[in-house]
Amino acid sequence: MTTTSEPPLQLTAGVQLVRPSSSLGVLARPKGDTGWKSWLFTVDHKRIGIMYGAAALVFLVIGGIEALLIRLQLAVPGGNVLSEDAYNQVFTMHGVTMVFLVIMPMAAAFANYLLPLQIGARDVAFPRLNAFSLWAFLAGGIFLNTSWFLGGAPDGGWFGYAPNSGLVYSPSNGMDFYALGLQIAGIASLVSAINLITTVLNMRAPGMTLFRMPVLTWMLLVVQFLLLFAIPVITVALFLLTFDRLFGANFFNVAAGADPLLWQHLFWIFGHPEVYILILPAFGIMSEVIPVFSRKPIFGYPFMVFSGIAIGFMGWGVWAHHMFTSGMGPVSVAAFSLSTMFIAVPTGVKILNWLATMWGGRLRMTTAMMYSVGAVAMFTIGGLSGVTHAIAPADTQQTDTYYIVAHFHYVIFGGSLMGMLSGIYFWWPKMFGHKLDEKLGKIGFWVLLIGFNLTFGPMHILGLQGMSRRIHSYAADSGFNLWNMFATVGSFVVALGVMLFFWNIGVSRRRARGAPPVGPDPWDARGLEWMTASPTPAHNFDRDITVTRPDEFWHRKWRIGPDGEVKRIARAADVAHDGSATDVHLPSPSYWPVVVALGLPLVAYGLIYNLWITGLGALLILGGLYGWVFEPPDDPEAHDHHDDHDADGSDDSGNGASGGGASSNGDGAPADGDGARELAGVGAGLAASTAKATGAQP
Amino acid sequence: MSEVANPPPAVTAPAGAGHASAAHPPTNTGMSHNKVAMWLFLGSECLLFGALISVYMFAKSRLPAGEIGPLDVFDIPFTSVSSFVLLMSSLTMVLALSAITRGEERGFRVWIVATALLGGTFIAGQVYEFTVFYNLGLGYTTNIFGSAFYTLTGFHGAHVTIGIVMLMSALVANLRGRLGPRNAETVELIGLYWHFVDIVWILIFTIIYLFPQ
Ligand code: HEM
Ligand SMILES: [Cu+2]
Repeated sequence: MTTTSEPPLQLTAGVQLVRPSSSLGVLARPKGDTGWKSWLFTVDHKRIGIMYGAAALVFLVIGGIEALLIRLQLAVPGGNVLSEDAYNQVFTMHGVTMVFLVIMPMAAAFANYLLPLQIGARDVAFPRLNAFSLWAFLAGGIFLNTSWFLGGAPDGGWFGYAPNSGLVYSPSNGMDFYALGLQIAGIASLVSAINLITTVLNMRAPGMTLFRMPVLTWMLLVVQFLLLFAIPVITVALFLLTFDRLFGANFFNVAAGADPLLWQHLFWIFGHPEVYILILPAFGIMSEVIPVFSRKPIFGYPFMVFSGIAIGFMGWGVWAHHMFTSGMGPVSVAAFSLSTMFIAVPTGVKILNWLATMWGGRLRMTTAMMYSVGAVAMFTIGGLSGVTHAIAPADTQQTDTYYIVAHFHYVIFGGSLMGMLSGIYFWWPKMFGHKLDEKLGKIGFWVLLIGFNLTFGPMHILGLQGMSRRIHSYAADSGFNLWNMFATVGSFVVALGVMLFFWNIGVSRRRARGAPPVGPDPWDARGLEWMTASPTPAHNFDRDITVTRPDEFWHRKWRIGPDGEVKRIARAADVAHDGSATDVHLPSPSYWPVVVALGLPLVAYGLIYNLWITGLGALLILGGLYGWVFEPPDDPEAHDHHDDHDADGSDDSGNGASGGGASSNGDGAPADGDGARELAGVGAGLAASTAKATGAQP
Repeated sequence: MSEVANPPPAVTAPAGAGHASAAHPPTNTGMSHNKVAMWLFLGSECLLFGALISVYMFAKSRLPAGEIGPLDVFDIPFTSVSSFVLLMSSLTMVLALSAITRGEERGFRVWIVATALLGGTFIAGQVYEFTVFYNLGLGYTTNIFGSAFYTLTGFHGAHVTIGIVMLMSALVANLRGRLGPRNAETVELIGLYWHFVDIVWILIFTIIYLFPQ
């Protein structure tokens, strides 16, 4: 509860101050710098990133428990841990949770925290929309999981194939929760994509041209474009399913002439870009970690960037490789088989570049590096099995078997999740001011890696032996017993590895108390995010950073001599900002993002149970939007310095240390919003997506 | 904003705290964040309507013979008129923007109301059309064509309705003195959205109504 004249920035570990408040608009602005309110109403991209990450880890535990249940059921033939019905729910929710509630928000955590820092910006373009994305995602995730207590969880697989997911074959409300929950999560992703693309396009520090951006920023940018164009496709598919189930539409009613392939096409047009949405952030993280611990710049930066962009484009032309056995015709099969083989090329380019980066480098095998190298190796295995099912006749044997399960776990668990764990170990000191314990980290890594291979390696064999996926049990004489037991044991080893990770967090936190701070740059790293204090101060950078080349920060510490030897020219602490600036303009916290996000699950519950609840939710959304639109993005009374910039009313107060080309503005240029102006920028996006949720049923 | 005085930004801002120009936020693209965001949003919307139109075509092509279909219900002259009305609203939208840019707030109000009214007329036409179709025996659940038709046009109608809400909000904001010539970009962005929804309708009208086969 500070007053307006106090210096706004005082840092306590990991906790940033929130600007003071005033009463403007309908409600007083939220205030305070600590406590739950300062998190609930924050618009700080770093806090939002941390909350995304924390939520993803919680869902990781939930999805992990579901995985263990699956493995317990399949440990021995004829298992009876779960009923058939419960098994369907558990494997469906496992997939949905891991894809939409773990990997995607984890990527959002890195994107939120790091992307503005890596381009030298003050915040994202629309701080309040950013908060809305977080809460909408969380609302969607919680909504989905409440289905467990409301008559049963979704049971039609994460891919939700209609008509199997229609009322006839899935009469519980589960698939309604699936369709509506993913719709809410989709709104969150879409809004966040618009926000982050705008941030990258508009808010780069002076001199930070596109081709000086770190590879992680590039990969995150590609991912946001994939989301921007893939989400609307799944949105339509989910609406059709919802309308079929709740209002009796006929989109998937085969008796009325519907084509059962409609859903598959829509889902996989979204679905294949989605797998790159899952992997590219990890690719980006690995491309940051490997150079730092190889003490070399990334090998072939332009190749890394262009292969990422190429994957982004080609990812749209391969979706029907998920439908080789659907009877879509030999020409389609041949075409999609070819395009799928081609997409392995840019993927391979990346793998070669990581190897070349390590080649001849002076490697430091930290935990972060081990996870990155592990991720490269595991992803390569998964990519290779992917190529085997790009060959359509081979896939005819593999599809719907455990071989596919092995493939996508090697790429998603071995690639995406391990890559993100690498990122967590790497950026933890930046986020919280202390490192995670290296010894525990390395033990945890090996436990996880061994457990992972023990679990999913044997699934290649099981699949080739003909064990179907999505089955509840198998007969004792099928020859599947041994490897299933292996997989189950392995899954508990994985669980141990995950527990070691959480244990490490606790231990390291405790140890960090009273320990000397790690300083801005504990790893001798390269990106701009290391050029400010750890934990990152609320205002990110004290002043603008003018960028003259890629890896600007590293070049300010080191000089490469004429004969190639590398000499230190400055200490990181001298180059980095110490976070002491007090004149940086910060966006103010707001209630409205939470209010609007809260309306979304109400609308969804209402569609299932009672339209009055939908009305209530819609009112909440509408009211919230109006409050939002007419609330200046910045609290004028919170300005303790130049108030001259209220002439511009966009929600871009995060502009901060960035700003374009020649300008050297050291603070958030455009500040106080004119409500009406936001109406277009913010209102349109939100209103349109929420209107979809409130039902466009004629 | 109205609570805060809005002097033009001091040109002599303290060193290190200057702004290139408050009217044009110093962004890398030179476009305001809001405008970039609107374009991105509309890009995403293209995929939404693209998917919906594809679904409609797909569904229509699988309508079993003998069931009530496009040829049985469409009234091309009527829909042509309502399409024309919507098209004209794009014109009045342009006039509204040009008025506010030139500082003619009265003209702005007239044109914005005209735009909203034309949009409202279109929606009224749609409601009428739905009623007629329903009475002809085409309900939402009647067959695959009914589901697809009402969903596609319903989504479009919802977009127009949101546009009308935004127009009215801009009007109210202007009357309350919260939206003036300095915020012409707000109107421009609403206009972008409005024109987009118009173009989508032209596509729908051409593909769905003019080629009902
Ligand atoms: C070298 C690149 C890759 C190739 C050539 C490839 C190829 C394929 C093919 C052909 C299938 C369909 C198999 C079938 O169902 O019969 C498939 C399934 C799958 N792939 Fe990949 N893939 C690649 C990379 C990835 C990545 C990076 C991810 C995720 C991060 C991924 C995730 C999945 C998933 C989740 C499925 C199964 C979907 C389901 O049926 O539930 N793949 N892959
Ligand atoms: Cu795929």
